[in-house]
Order: sequence, then C-alpha cells, then structure tokens
Amino acid sequence: MSGMIDHHLHIKENKPVAFSDATLEKIGVIISHYPEGQQKSALLPVLHIAQQELGGYLSVDVMDRVASLLNIQPVEVYEVATFYTMFHLEPVGKYVIEVCQTGPCAICGGEQILEHLEKSLGINVGETTPDGIFTLKTVECLGACGTAPVMQVNTEFHESLTAEKIDRIIGDLKEKSNGKTSEVRWAELF
Amino acid sequence: MGRAVLTEKIGIPGIRGFDVYRSNGGYRNAEKALKEMTPADVGKEVTKSGLRGRGGAGFPTGLKWSFLDRKSDKPKYLICNADESEPGTFKDRYLMEHLPHLLIEGIIISSYALGVKSCYIYVRGEFKYIIAILQKAIGEAYQNKMLGQNILGTNFSLDIFLHPGGGAYICGEETALLESLEGKRGNPRIKPPFPAFRGLYNCPTMVNNVETLAAVAPIIGMGGNTYASIGIGKSTGTKLMSACGNINKPGVYEIDLGLPVEDFLYSEEYCGGIKNGKYLKAVVPGGSSVPVLPADLIVHTQKGDKRLLSYESLAEGGFETGSMLGSGGFIVYDEDACMVRNTWNFTRFYRHESCGQCSPCREGTAWMEPILRRIEEGKGKKKEIDLLVSIADKIEGNTICPFGDAAAWPVSSAIRHFRKEFEFHVEHPDIVKNINHGSLIRYI
Repeated sequence: MSGMIDHHLHIKENKPVAFSDATLEKIGVIISHYPEGQQKSALLPVLHIAQQELGGYLSVDVMDRVASLLNIQPVEVYEVATFYTMFHLEPVGKYVIEVCQTGPCAICGGEQILEHLEKSLGINVGETTPDGIFTLKTVECLGACGTAPVMQVNTEFHESLTAEKIDRIIGDLKEKSNGKTSEVRWAELF
Repeated sequence: MGRAVLTEKIGIPGIRGFDVYRSNGGYRNAEKALKEMTPADVGKEVTKSGLRGRGGAGFPTGLKWSFLDRKSDKPKYLICNADESEPGTFKDRYLMEHLPHLLIEGIIISSYALGVKSCYIYVRGEFKYIIAILQKAIGEAYQNKMLGQNILGTNFSLDIFLHPGGGAYICGEETALLESLEGKRGNPRIKPPFPAFRGLYNCPTMVNNVETLAAVAPIIGMGGNTYASIGIGKSTGTKLMSACGNINKPGVYEIDLGLPVEDFLYSEEYCGGIKNGKYLKAVVPGGSSVPVLPADLIVHTQKGDKRLLSYESLAEGGFETGSMLGSGGFIVYDEDACMVRNTWNFTRFYRHESCGQCSPCREGTAWMEPILRRIEEGKGKKKEIDLLVSIADKIEGNTICPFGDAAAWPVSSAIRHFRKEFEFHVEHPDIVKNINHGSLIRYI
C-alpha cells in the first residue's frame, strides 16, 4: 500500500480541485449529520461524491482537497481511500465493470461471464479499453447471490447475467458513451 | 407457506411508499409503543420474544439491549447494520428494497426503548440504489412527523441518518463498523469495552442488524409471548433465509424457525429442489463463514434426527458433524460442484477482505489461498492438506474479531468432510488439469 501512495505522490500535479458550489453545500449538510468536532465521519460519503464528480478516481490532489474540507490530515484520507475497494486510485474508464467472482456467483457461471466480457471488450481483467470507455475488474460478493451471476457498472447492478444479456448491456453503454451517464449522483443521496 | 411476520405486507402494491404502508396498518406498532408503553415495557417484550440477532451471531437481542449504559450522561446511539456482505446473504437488501418503512418503524420503537435520539443506518456502498430507496422513505417519514421532533405528538424525538460504506466486508463486524462510521479504516476494536459502554465517539452504542430491528415492530404488535410461540425451543419467531446456488428457486423466504431442512430444500414453496434434476452434494447453511455440510449431514443429524432450520439443530453435533444458522445465507451445491475449488474461492475472499490488523488472519489467509489454488490446479502436495488444517487451527480463536474464525471454518470443514476430494486433486493432477478451469483462475 505504501508503494501505491508513493506512486501517487509522485504524480501529484497540484492542480486546483473544484467542487461545484451546490456540491460544497451538500457536503456541509453531510457534515451536519455528525456531532460537532466529528466531521471526519463524513469522509466516506464525501469520497464517494469526490470520486464521482471529479474524474472517476481519487487523485492525490482530490484527496488533499477532501482533507482540507474536513479539516483532517491528508494521510487520514489516504489510509481510508486505500482500504476500501470502491475507491479507485488510478484513472479508470467511464464505465467500471466489476464482475462478482465469489462462491455463489462462481458456481452459477460468474467465471464464464468474466471470460465473455474479456473477449467482447478485447481487454484483460484490470485493463481499460483504449478508447477509455470500459474498465474491467473483478469484485467480491455484491450481496445479490439469489440472482447470480452478477456485476455492477459504476454501482448499478446487473443480475441474472447471460452472454446475450451482457452483449445487450455493453451495446447500450457504447451507444450512450458520448452522453451523460444515467447514474444516481451520490450528492443527491444526502 | 410459513407465517409472514416480517414480510406480511410485501405483496401490497406501492407498499414502499409511506401512505400505502400507513393505510395498511403501518406505524401502528410504533404508535402503540410510544403512546401506550414505557421504554422499559418495550425492552421487556423484546426479551420475552426471545428474538436473537439476525446478522449471524444469534445473540439474544433483549439481553444485548440490557447492556446499554443508560446511566451515562453521554448521547446514546443506535446503529442499524446494513453492511450485508456475507457471501450467500441477501435478505437485508430484500427487506430494505421492499419494506423500507418497516425498518424505519422498527428503528423508531427500538430507539424509544433504548433512549436513543440519533440513529445511523450504515449501508454497504454498493447498495447505492437501496440507499436511494431508504432516503426517500426517511424523507417521507419526516414529512409525516414519524421522525424528527415530537414524533406522533409525544415527547420522543429521533433523527435517522444514512451512511454509506466504502466496500469492505469487515465493516459488518460491529466495532469495525464503528471505526468506519468515524471515518477510519475498518479495523475491529478489542472488546471490552463493548460498544454498549464505549461505542461510536466513545458513547454508549447499540448495533443491531436490519432484520433484527425490523422484527421489533411486529413483536410489539403481537406481543413478545406470541412471537415466542412461533419457532422451536430457543429459536423463536421467523427468519429470513436467502437461498442460492444450484437450486430451482433461489430467493428470500421467511420461514418459521424449526422448519426441516429437507422441506426447505425440496418443497415447491421454497428452494424447489436441486437444479437440472441433479443430486445434492453439500450445503453451506448460514453464509460462507459457517462450516459446510455434506448432503447426508445437512438433511439429518449424525444421530439420525431430521435437521431443522434452527440455531440449535444446525449446530447439533458441534463442528464435527454440525454447522450454524449464521445469517441464513443458504448456499446449495449440486453433484458437479468442486469442493476444493469452492474452498479456494472462499479463502480468496477472506484473504482479500482481511483488514490486516492481526497476524494470524492476515498471514494465515495469505498462506491458505495459494496452497488451495495449487491443489485446485493439480500442483499440490498431500502434506499440504494437513498444513491447511494446521493453519486454520492457528487462525481460529487467535484474532481480535470473529473474522479469523470465519476464514478458518470453511477450510477446516471442507477438509473434514471432503478430504478424499482434496486427496484426489493431489494424486491425479492430470485428470484435475483436464477437468479444471485453470485458465479461469485469477486474482485481481
């Protein structure tokens, strides 16, 4: 993990990080959900918002900005961002596809689903398509085992997957890839 | 069909909305608790009901509530644990998706009993659409004065806040959850002090699972004794079972505790039998952490009695021949399932999810995973099977939180019941290589 952060500090660009005024206001609301002096509690929700609204991953600049917003040390943000799997520390595609590989999905064809995606996207797990649209990853149990196999595309669930269903989903995403995503904004959830 | 205590209203169109829920008897139990009962009365009913923690541990809820440090002058918190991530478990998601107001009602009654004014619902971050459903329901509850100041015109006030997780299985463990809620890594705390004395922000805190809190509402409605009359022995009431794997009808089912496993597995009301007419090989009855049982031992106990879906019956025989009810995550394997592969899969999960705080768990899972992978690929050695048992033994009981046990049990139970299959992998590498799915094994 320390290597990862070293790498990140290396690519720190000191670019200004600009949350919109509306988002900053929302962050203030989230902080108010916790007792005075406990604003650090807002870290996970704020990181979700930051990742979604500021480029799809948490650059060191973004993490430093979050630290100053919550009045905590940057390292307190780094140690959390590196612990939780939903946060990306490297640039990712517009759509991050995460295929569940845990037991119940695995015995219901989750491994074949992953292979099918690798073939149809032309990339291996862990890679991003050259056009920057798709990143393919594996994920551990998504808590939807009754409708296995399952994957999420940027936290949107797709269940009871088959090869045909995946082709349809990928086709739709490719068509929409120039427009805005229909994904729910984290900032709207508080 | 078993009694629908929790899921009674689930089929009513629009039940997710406040008005429909209210007009179908919703919040009547909260009204009864707040207007006709003292907080102590509510606690007594919950104790009488025999309700046990539905997250997996099965600890009596009334007793857990009695530990809360009520004398403290600090604020008291209720945390609803909605970090559902035990593989095979998807019942809380079902409840929150379909009956968000039942959960809110249960939280109101529980908070009243506990003297709590602030509740946080910690929902795993991947359930973003569930967070959206809960947010809407909470908003409606505020609009209708079911939350906020002076609920239902009484002196009782309560705020509920939603808090998303960040993707970490360990945060389902209650002290890791508290760390996470404080904006830190999810490293479990050493107990004591227990959260009931020093929990969130060092204040007295009660952490209960979604299904547990939801059950409090009907318990107040029907009375603790009536609830306790459902079920068998100390396994009172109903339980949500989430069934998955190689069965005809995967899904969430509410059962009376005490239902025979065989009925649950084969009847059309529930799992509907094994898919494609195949034979049953094994079941993990309570989420990936509990010991796996082979077909004969899941249907009948070693003594020959019918195995029941209850805390006691599933544990009958200890770990030699029994398992646990756990979270109710019921994973079914047919004759084609490879137990070595499944054990490797679960161990990869635990390796990935270990918080890394305790050496036996951090190192032990990181040793077991590659050994299991080697055996699955036909590259293992026979003595490594015993080595796995030895590592699992050394993890179990030697960590701060129960995660270590959860990582050890799937390995030791699989080798206990399916040792021949592990030996076959070692002795017949060529056959294993030909039938295995080697190209698919990956770890990212």
